Amino acid sequence: MLVLARKVNESIMIGDDIEIVIIDIKGDQVKLGIKAPKSVAVHRKEIYEEIQKENIAAMQSQLKPDTLKDITDILQTHKEKNIDNYKK
Amino acid sequence: MVTIATKPFGQIEVDERQIIDFPEGIYGFEDIKKFVILDANEKSPFKWLQAYDEPDLAFVIIRPIDFMVQYELNVMPEDLEDIGAKSPDDVIVFAIVTIPEDPSRMTANLQGPVLINPKTRKGKQAISLSDKYTVRHYILEEIKKAQVKG
Repeated sequence: MLVLARKVNESIMIGDDIEIVIIDIKGDQVKLGIKAPKSVAVHRKEIYEEIQKENIAAMQSQLKPDTLKDITDILQTHKEKNIDNYKK
Repeated sequence: MVTIATKPFGQIEVDERQIIDFPEGIYGFEDIKKFVILDANEKSPFKWLQAYDEPDLAFVIIRPIDFMVQYELNVMPEDLEDIGAKSPDDVIVFAIVTIPEDPSRMTANLQGPVLINPKTRKGKQAISLSDKYTVRHYILEEIKKAQVKG
């Protein structure tokens, strides 16, 4: 991994068209500005990890052939109940 | 027709045209490139997203609009292009459902919507650009919110 030391307002270039600017440093937090073409996806790394973790949790759900029927019933009952409440 | 082994139904026959390519896989399961969508019954909003050659790997999915009427897809245009779609109208959006021990606490992942283009039969898990959406939306609570507002 390439390690570079930067000060506030300095920046680094990744390729020709991606620039990362150090906007501010306060304690243990760094504020970054990212200039990149619209086609480049920029996300916090935690987002990927959260989605990955959630997919694994979803896959580990105790799924049985009846599961879909059960949750469909729960959903229907819930919808009907809430419509009734709303009317009252 | 081809025979595949599935988690919910065991061995079943599916039409080859039902197979959807996920060139990048699904986060956490990047090696799985082919899935099939299976209906349990036509009336249910829930469906199975079954891995084509991994019988044990299946997700429950639901379209976000089936529990959140005001849902809006907000992803990079490239996510649509990757599966050969020009506009959000070309794709079907699904959310992966996590079902805990108490199924009434089931949640849907709107942070990572699954996009499917039925024309090209390609799919992709995108990352939502909207900060309204998280990996865990309680499905029953969302329905309640929508009905109170509605």
